[in-house]
Amino acid sequence: MNIRSQVSAVFHLDKCIGCHTCSIACKNIWTGRKGTEYMWWNNVETKPGVGYPCLWEDQKKYRGGWKERNGKPELIMHNRASALANIFFNPFLPRLDDYYEPWTYRYGDLFGAAEGDDQPVARPVSAITGKEMEIEAGPNWDDDLSGSPIYAANDPNFASLNEEERKQFFALESMVFFYLPRICNHCINPGCLAACPAGAIYKRGEDGIVLVSQEKCRAWRMCITGCPYKKTYYNWSAGKSEKCIFCYPRQETGQAPACFHSCVGRIRYLGVLLYDADRIESAAGSPAGSIARKQLELILDPFDGEVIKEAKAQGIPDAVIEYAQKSPVYKFVKAWNIALPLHPEFRTLPMLFYVPSLLPVMAHAKGNLHEVGHDFFGSPDNARIPIRYFAALLSEGNEEAIRAIYRKLVAVRVYRRARTVGNIPEARVNKALDEAGTNPDEIEAIYRLTSLPSVEDRFVIPPFMREAAIEEVTDPLNKRESEGAGFTRKPKRGW
Amino acid sequence: MTDSVLFIAFPYVAVVVAVAGGVYRYFADRFSYSSMSSQFLENRMLFWGSVPFHYGIVIILLGHIMGGLFPYYSNFLIVNVFHMYTLELGGIALGLLTNFGVILLIIRRLVYPKLVPETTLMDWVILLVLLAQVLSGSYIAHFYRWGAVWYPYSPVPWLKSLAHLDPQIDFITPLPWIIRFHALNAFVIVGLIPFTRLVHIFTAPVTYIWRPLQVVIWNKKAAR
Ligand code: SF4
Ligand code: SF4
Repeated sequence: MNIRSQVSAVFHLDKCIGCHTCSIACKNIWTGRKGTEYMWWNNVETKPGVGYPCLWEDQKKYRGGWKERNGKPELIMHNRASALANIFFNPFLPRLDDYYEPWTYRYGDLFGAAEGDDQPVARPVSAITGKEMEIEAGPNWDDDLSGSPIYAANDPNFASLNEEERKQFFALESMVFFYLPRICNHCINPGCLAACPAGAIYKRGEDGIVLVSQEKCRAWRMCITGCPYKKTYYNWSAGKSEKCIFCYPRQETGQAPACFHSCVGRIRYLGVLLYDADRIESAAGSPAGSIARKQLELILDPFDGEVIKEAKAQGIPDAVIEYAQKSPVYKFVKAWNIALPLHPEFRTLPMLFYVPSLLPVMAHAKGNLHEVGHDFFGSPDNARIPIRYFAALLSEGNEEAIRAIYRKLVAVRVYRRARTVGNIPEARVNKALDEAGTNPDEIEAIYRLTSLPSVEDRFVIPPFMREAAIEEVTDPLNKRESEGAGFTRKPKRGW
Repeated sequence: MTDSVLFIAFPYVAVVVAVAGGVYRYFADRFSYSSMSSQFLENRMLFWGSVPFHYGIVIILLGHIMGGLFPYYSNFLIVNVFHMYTLELGGIALGLLTNFGVILLIIRRLVYPKLVPETTLMDWVILLVLLAQVLSGSYIAHFYRWGAVWYPYSPVPWLKSLAHLDPQIDFITPLPWIIRFHALNAFVIVGLIPFTRLVHIFTAPVTYIWRPLQVVIWNKKAAR
């Protein structure tokens, strides 16, 4: 056993209201610079939809992630030799047009325009050329456009649906959509990292955050293809790849990442997981259909005496073990089994998990009345979003995995409704609990953490132990008088 | 006098500037070491420009280096007519390929508005110097045939004498002006390396062949 700790996350899709506050919080801090305007380290997509960049899930187009060969993972995009052969031109690199051309407006015109009969307008100008442009696409161009024959109809996840299920997404009254917020998954078998010819990308040992060393990156741009989630981005101005840094400077000072902190729907949970790094390769190379299960098996029980003993022996600080026990992510993913990784078939073993959404409830017409959620509590198969759609998204097509989660989510609702409204017979409640294989204690815990969590419940940020790391290197106050506190070299502008 | 400046002083200056400048830039401003790829902004023409240019120039450069390092070994190649023709034709073909590539790379930066803000003055300088180099190279290959025969006996001894710190310009000065230009322009390129994106040549990621596919960095432990 080789125990590592990893800061991980759960997004509860039922709670996302699609407000994009998370994206803006991230953009304000990290990607306002030249060359990064088009990057959305956090983005929110409408599903069904094509997403950002356009069709990112389609690995026939982008060749991201891994495939399995002889029980081992192998990059889809290249092997070591062809990586070098393709270095002058990456055949699978997404282009700016696959994202969108970023723009701003000439706001000055609003004030400076000469007097005339018409209202002055602020014309859009390209953030790349500085010239006037027609806006043709944006980072959430398909926002709320479920049912659209251009966007929704091309959703790659439809491949596994049958004709009837597909039609359902496009018929009036049964049309449906939900939001999928995405950040870098800080995978434990990152495709971006493995694809980088320069070896510039690395995973931090203590917390599992995946970073691109800006000093080592040479713009070979293979990581962009290697990541199946398209969560590394190319800064065309600086000639460097950049990606979500999981707000490590915030986390190191005890704050949640900006997108987590600002989340209006409070859908985001953060906590540490312990996992066994010895089994990464076998999990990532496991046969299709068992990848998600194998990944969840890697995650260790922080209450298990054996694991605790071994973790301590391997130098994992006591405080981190303690936080692993308090982790909300552990609860959702392992204790309650209601969160799954996004597209496990990409084999990067992503460490961001999603609780599939149960709502919206189907309304049934009865005469002139619409009854909401009539038979809905009866069977998850009546869910308005076909189970198979979520299975394509979260469980390699394994519908039973989704059904099991739905049964539990339904049990929570039935149980809580019986407690608060009281119009559900006890027998029906017990049946729901039995079917879901759960009990009132677990239900209450799920309910509390889903509906009533405080900031401290949602973000259980482990101590990052930077003080221990820094004392190894140099005292930040050493050069306070000469170079300045925290600097090793004078922060003078170079050439 | 001019000849000494051009064929003795200038090459030394260029090499010193390249090494000192490159090393200084590497330690003072490592962030700026980048190939500055613009494939993200323009993809199609880059393929036809970048791939022929790079493959052409890399093989031609290797040819020059091998011919320079093992001048007498090339005798083995040229005693056989078939080998000679292959070398000559291959060289001319690669030269044309490289010309084609670099010209496309230049046109590309002129016609795609998105590339304009990303193109610096030094990008233009290096593109034009490279164009001059591959054009003159192809001219030489065409009008002064059988380079594999004469290259080891006149430019190479001059280069060698420079390397041995015993410069002998008699090997190079009698050659036709275009060949002298080609030799000098080569040192212009060398001298420009630290001031342009050409530094990426020296960070070619060969280590990818053997590096572990996953990299984990710990604060305190070397590796685990
Ligand atoms: S999501 Fe993509 S960028 Fe993030 S660690 Fe995984 S492979 Fe790398
Ligand atoms: S801020 Fe939260 S609720 Fe709003 S879009 Fe982002 S994830 Fe969804």
